[in-house]
Amino acid sequence: MNVYADNAATTAVSDTALAAMLPCFQEIYGNPSSLHSPGQRAAERLAAARETFARRLGGDPREITFTSGGSEADNQALRSAAALGARKGKKHIISTEFEHHAILHTLEALEKAGYEVTLLDIPPDGVVTAEQVKDALRPDTCLVSVMFANNEIGTIQPIPEIGRVCREAGVLFHTDAVQAAGHLPIDVQAMDIDLLSLSAHKFHGPKGVGVLYARKGIPLVNVIYGGAQERGKRAGTENIPGICGAAAAFEEACANLEKNAAYLEPLRDKLIAGLTAIPHTVLNGDPKRRLPGNVNVCFEGIEGESLLLLLDGKGIAASSGSACTSGSLDPSHVLLALGRPHEVAHGSLRLSLCEYNTPEEIDYILAEVPGIVSYLREMSPVWDELEQGKRPHLI
Amino acid sequence: MALYSDKVMDHFQNPRNVGKMEDADGVGEVGNAKCGDIMRMYIKVDPATQVITDVKFNTFGCGSAIASSSMATEMIKGKSIHEALKLSNKAVAEALDGLPAHKMHCSVLAEEAVRAAVKDYYDRTGQAYDPAELACDGHCESCGHEH
Repeated sequence: MNVYADNAATTAVSDTALAAMLPCFQEIYGNPSSLHSPGQRAAERLAAARETFARRLGGDPREITFTSGGSEADNQALRSAAALGARKGKKHIISTEFEHHAILHTLEALEKAGYEVTLLDIPPDGVVTAEQVKDALRPDTCLVSVMFANNEIGTIQPIPEIGRVCREAGVLFHTDAVQAAGHLPIDVQAMDIDLLSLSAHKFHGPKGVGVLYARKGIPLVNVIYGGAQERGKRAGTENIPGICGAAAAFEEACANLEKNAAYLEPLRDKLIAGLTAIPHTVLNGDPKRRLPGNVNVCFEGIEGESLLLLLDGKGIAASSGSACTSGSLDPSHVLLALGRPHEVAHGSLRLSLCEYNTPEEIDYILAEVPGIVSYLREMSPVWDELEQGKRPHLI
Repeated sequence: MALYSDKVMDHFQNPRNVGKMEDADGVGEVGNAKCGDIMRMYIKVDPATQVITDVKFNTFGCGSAIASSSMATEMIKGKSIHEALKLSNKAVAEALDGLPAHKMHCSVLAEEAVRAAVKDYYDRTGQAYDPAELACDGHCESCGHEH
């Protein structure tokens, strides 16, 4: 059996999204900047896609900028808010330890440019609090950026509460909603969100399309200079097939959001229950305040990459926060921020489900994982020492 | 996954000489769980001929760490301990039809595990040895142990 359980990495393009894309290759192939009819037909599709995102997010079409993906949207959101802050002499930014690298590395670049950054600690349940944000606010804070839901452990952050704290303090609030968009309800008005990033390929849209929502009155700074596309804020001929696919996928995902969550949560909880029944296994992140399809556990005494390879051999596609899978020497910064020791973080497994996964696939995963974990533990000198009491169990 | 050669995948999926050896004559352990790699190698040595008659390993680590351990055990089994000490990480990597650049340290770990097991054998049997022959060459950046 082949089971794709890495939907937080990327998803299959849905039939609806593909159907929206296909005419844009050979029929509606005009450049939306062109005056002629073929160009204007493409411009109409672009406008309709923009309208879809605006409506589903609770904003205005003029507040929607299409980008090449979530990373670009994150970069542009942070740089724009930082530039606006600097104009008012405010150069302090608040974010969290477990943001995506598109945020963390942009913040590092801003630090080098003279900004001060406060990264909030991550509580053991993987959910930061609005109080933490409030306590970190300073008179010179220009931006708070907190992800909507974490990409590795799936924990959902208290976005409306944080939004309120920021709004009351007059500080811009950005949220990286790459994992949340299309999976959790989002309303930029009700949640006091000023800037939001999302990525189409996380909800069955195509790769290479992102959206930056920026509230009216927040001037965007260019990451890419050139033509006048996207009101001059993002140069380059628009990716019409991708944008149309993204809008169709987002419409479909939002329309089915509650249904998908109701379907996925029991599957997720079954996986969590089954996997944590394996001795010395711990769930990462709050069991309920997490994305409907996210499961992330650490198995003590084994290393994640070998686990992934063996799962792949069984047809199961998953991911891990092990250092060996990242190409760096350190395991996932998210798991470390959560307080997991290095040796435990190396043994992590993330399974991320979508509505295409079946109950039979969940049973298959639960049938295969325990044997693979035991096999690797049998081979592991670390497990040997744990079992003999020469090394204390950490989980 | 095309990350690894077929040889690496074979040794990872069907590791040779895996397991514990209760009556080993030498045991070497290198690496650090914090860094995500530990190799433990057990050798059985014929005292008369100084030939390694049996080898076993236990490894905590990624696919290439397990494959490197497996390959190293095959390469030293039946060899004299002097020959075993000549095993280089390069030879292990080559025997596996290559390793990705960021995984070369796994082959270094395998070389060091062999040396550590031989050193333990020398220590246990009270044999004098040339420290230079067993010196850790210190080019393992990942294992975290003191050089």
